[in-house]
Amino acid sequence: MVRKVAATELAPTTYGWHVQADGLQVRAGRRMAVDGLDLRLGLGVHGLLGPNGAGKTTLIRALATVLRPAGGTLTLLGEQLGARPDLRAFRRRLGYLPQDFGFYPRFTVREFVEYMAWLKEMPPRDVPGAVQRTIEQVGLADRADDRMKTLSGGMLRRAGIAQAIVNDPDLLLLDEPTVGLDPTQRLEFRTLLRELGEQSCVLVSTHLVEDVAAACTNVVLVDEGRMVYQGTPAEVAAAGGADDVGDNPIERGYTALLGRHRAVAR
Amino acid sequence: MSRTTERHAEDDVLAAYVAGAAIPLDAEWALEAHLENCARCRARLAVTPPLAEFLATVWTRISAAATGAPAPVRSRLLRALRTWAPPSQLLWLLFGVLVTAAAVGIDVLDATGHAPSLVLLVAPVAPLLGVAAAWTRGVDPMAELAVASPRAGLQLVLRRTVAVLVVMIPALAAAGVVTDVSLAVCLVPCLAFTAGTLALGTVVGVARAAVVLGVLWVVAVIVPSLATTELSALLAPAGLPFWGLAVAAAGAVTVLRSRVFTTLPSTNLP
Repeated sequence: MVRKVAATELAPTTYGWHVQADGLQVRAGRRMAVDGLDLRLGLGVHGLLGPNGAGKTTLIRALATVLRPAGGTLTLLGEQLGARPDLRAFRRRLGYLPQDFGFYPRFTVREFVEYMAWLKEMPPRDVPGAVQRTIEQVGLADRADDRMKTLSGGMLRRAGIAQAIVNDPDLLLLDEPTVGLDPTQRLEFRTLLRELGEQSCVLVSTHLVEDVAAACTNVVLVDEGRMVYQGTPAEVAAAGGADDVGDNPIERGYTALLGRHRAVAR
Repeated sequence: MSRTTERHAEDDVLAAYVAGAAIPLDAEWALEAHLENCARCRARLAVTPPLAEFLATVWTRISAAATGAPAPVRSRLLRALRTWAPPSQLLWLLFGVLVTAAAVGIDVLDATGHAPSLVLLVAPVAPLLGVAAAWTRGVDPMAELAVASPRAGLQLVLRRTVAVLVVMIPALAAAGVVTDVSLAVCLVPCLAFTAGTLALGTVVGVARAAVVLGVLWVVAVIVPSLATTELSALLAPAGLPFWGLAVAAAGAVTVLRSRVFTTLPSTNLP
């Protein structure tokens, strides 16, 4: 049988950037965690770096539309979020892995991903195939019918990644996806990231600078809710000198850029 | 056109293709293009001698390697039920049923007939915990995943609320039969409190709304009714139209403010 190609798959995108934020402000509790951030993200894998409390999680939540921005404009997949945005259509094209994602312990991996596919309003006939494909993609095929509560931390993360990509998202937001993965799994995850980045805009927040160097096409460095630097991993590495703190070029670049920004901000 | 689509690969071409014999490149390309679209020729290909044996060998190897029974297919019904009430909500749902059952027990044991019916008194607040569990981050581990999904919003909240009512209404009906309380008299306040929890929940969060309404009801109605052994005027049959109005008003507020069900509350975030 010939695979049917939907008209939407062939339609050219009518937007320049998957994510476009201007002067974005987002509140987390009483604090303005994202304060005046300008951001442009297109196709590819973008690493979101920054110290703890820099506003990474809040930014990702705002991009996932679960937090309403307090100010600025946010345009996602070509649709500007106004007063009454059509979140539904956007969210069908969104993949989101929160930092602490929960699950029903008695669900099997397959049921977990299936339930998320249902929440994402995927056509019921596409669900079983898509679920199997994503479970294989994250390397959990042999545990697909085991209950979630029996999985190790790394496997849970991978199940979380599976639910995020089950709907072939155009915008994929992963908050700390590599926590709990062992070195081999992280290597496999980077390969998966590169594959995903060919067709969608992937934003990965992480503490592990070397993940960014290996898998990302672009680095976004934030501090105290503002953009510090945006460039390629090579450019970040070039920013660091021999006397900066860090074990490898990109770490030295990271600390150099952050230090410079903080010196200017003061 | 129809003649070209009716054409199929010839046996000798298939045999040569399977055997790996040299056939002109364009013929090979045409054959492969045809095979992609023609199930009949693919089936013929599979039984062409060298390939048929090879496939049989592969199948034998697969069946030898496949250990154990296939994965159990969970029931379709269970899967459908989960789309109405997530597992985290079930315990809280059962609590409402337990409260109702306890009220029935006390009513039956207390045969003096002087005290007001406890079933009537607890009916409005019995579903509150189930409703609270429908949309509370602390109760539902998948809350953040659900709130970011396209299905989040009024529809999903109402689905889960309907699940609560589907359990509570038969429980109340059964309780009414046993204790001789009319279903309507206890059902309409029950609906009003359910809708009220959602309406107030759009402002302060559903869990907090359930607690506020529950405590108010206990303090303002249940305790005085038990103390004076006289049923509060609020629960008299004459009050039903007002309860009906409350249902409508709370429903309207919930619908108007339903956008809050698509976002996380910006307070209490790490």
